[in-house]
Amino acid sequence: MKVDILGCAVRAPGFPDWATARRVLTGGAPYDRDAVRQSPPPVPLPANEQRRLPATARDALGVGAEALADARIDDAGDVATVFASCGSDGEITHQICDALARTPPQMSPTRFHNSVHNAPGGYWGIAFRSHAPSTSLCAFEASFASALLEAGAQVVSEARRVLLIVYDLPYPAPLSSLWNVTMPFCVAIVLAPHASTHRAISIEISAERLEPSWPDGIPSELRMNPAAAALPLLALFASGRQGRIVLPYAGDNVVLVSRE
Amino acid sequence: MRHAYFRNMTVTSALGRGCDATLHALREHRSGLARNAFAGEHYDTWTGVVEKLDGVALPIGMERFDCRSNRLIELALLQDGFADAVLATREKHGAHRVGLYVGTSSAGILEVELGYRVRDREVRALPDGLRYREAMNLFSPAAYVAERFKLSGPIAVVSSACSSSAKAFASAWRAMHAGLCDAAIVGGVETLCFTTLHGFASLELLSRAPCRPCDAGRDGISLGEAAGFVLLTRDRGDAAVALAGYGESADAHHLSTPHPEGAGAAMAMASALRQAGWQRSDVDYVNLHGTATRTNDVAEDAAIRAVVGDEVPRSSTKGWTGHALGAAGLVEAVITAMAIRHSFIPGTLNCSTVDAAIRGNVELSGRASPVRAALTNSFGFGGSNCTLALAGVR
Repeated sequence: MKVDILGCAVRAPGFPDWATARRVLTGGAPYDRDAVRQSPPPVPLPANEQRRLPATARDALGVGAEALADARIDDAGDVATVFASCGSDGEITHQICDALARTPPQMSPTRFHNSVHNAPGGYWGIAFRSHAPSTSLCAFEASFASALLEAGAQVVSEARRVLLIVYDLPYPAPLSSLWNVTMPFCVAIVLAPHASTHRAISIEISAERLEPSWPDGIPSELRMNPAAAALPLLALFASGRQGRIVLPYAGDNVVLVSRE
Repeated sequence: MRHAYFRNMTVTSALGRGCDATLHALREHRSGLARNAFAGEHYDTWTGVVEKLDGVALPIGMERFDCRSNRLIELALLQDGFADAVLATREKHGAHRVGLYVGTSSAGILEVELGYRVRDREVRALPDGLRYREAMNLFSPAAYVAERFKLSGPIAVVSSACSSSAKAFASAWRAMHAGLCDAAIVGGVETLCFTTLHGFASLELLSRAPCRPCDAGRDGISLGEAAGFVLLTRDRGDAAVALAGYGESADAHHLSTPHPEGAGAAMAMASALRQAGWQRSDVDYVNLHGTATRTNDVAEDAAIRAVVGDEVPRSSTKGWTGHALGAAGLVEAVITAMAIRHSFIPGTLNCSTVDAAIRGNVELSGRASPVRAALTNSFGFGGSNCTLALAGVR
């Protein structure tokens, strides 16, 4: 599949914003884990909804809005969204399971509706008044590549722009004993039908035995986060050069992304 | 759009194992709902439970995937020759050319809930030996099916609440269209858990009686368990039914309440019609999302009337199966395909007096009738809407 990248955004320790990430990923600045953006990204929701927004949705909507801005898209209404996350929202899962284990079991209705995997997608539509299709995927370690394939397939099949948002935040205790993600990572990429050689990428599934790519100088601890699988693609795009990167996928497969 | 053919399909729910059991229950007006016995006396509601799941064993070497949701998947795969059809398709196209898209809202979350119940009193740690990827995470159903059949094509779990497995059809069709695979397995699975029972109770959406879709006295949903699969191919073979279109939209209204006039639902239906290249007069039947909540059934009625009018017969089959949440789209796609294949329009079990606010033609008793073109609706939390257009191809 051949599609164009129109814009990117990222939010993670060491990658407070896309401008910094671009410098770090192209060797223009060292990786600094302490470079963290403190303020939550602004989301155009009423104060009431804003307060109830789960952490995952807040971060996902924030990077999504930044990627649209980077792509110079003002109207989110005709951009479809593909959300993906391996771990969903661990804070909410913990709160729900903890409350359900009490006698008698307890449940908050807001927490329940926030617990669905597509809660960020639902809040996206409300915040940006978008009726465009939105899907929410999970493919464990392959979550980023799976979402990239879905977004690419939407661009190719439906000739529309698609915003891809992939996020994973560390789990709180005791859920953290189940999953080894220790650093948060959120990424958003706007894809569009192919029109420009400069922005084009080709995406394919391959059974070649290839080691997934990883940019130089980035701590491998971040690699445990399935969303951070986006980093080699971001590095390739930021470099402006030709090349090919290997993304982890399911089974024995990898996903290859190349740039001419 | 180009058809994707239903080459094999199967469904297992409270109605029984496989398509024949489901068809008989629909024809005999026999509901799968019973007074809830899951998790003790905290729940005064009716549920559609799949019996004897405790006795289902996963194949040797697959034990690490063991959980209620994967047991239900295993049981479903063994019906209607589905597992054999997957193997034949893998043989024909190659393991890397068979896609796998499974819809679920809860997957193995029950295992996490049970883990919290037996937490260490002192350090509050979860017990040892929990298998997160295989039996708990949202991906666990797809991980299980891929491992069981050694599939290595495009793969994802679609989890958009109650539209999950309807949207899995859309993802599968796109993967085939984009050339990522030549065939795709679409699945759906949902088992009972504490989160959904208590969650819907906290929203006051659980009926105290068997759910009564479209009835004036309806008071909420009955939860149901189900798993099902459809094998989609590009070539028609001996298929009787095809996916002819799909439509997706977002309500952009509220996380857990549908838009009152069904605006988003209407967009999804209109988009499915457009993709199928159908006029409103082409539609012979609409399988409702029809959850039996006060809000859903009225909003859906408004949406359908706006898109295909008042006359097209429509019915909800949730009085039989209960609401299987993430699996509902799959279950109802299979039921709608049965309606096409066996020329009948299902009724709406437990509905005796249609709500005066619902003005479309709700089919109550069910009857024989040719069905060549049908829509099936699935709407979920987060305002996620999906409509599938299914066509008879014989």
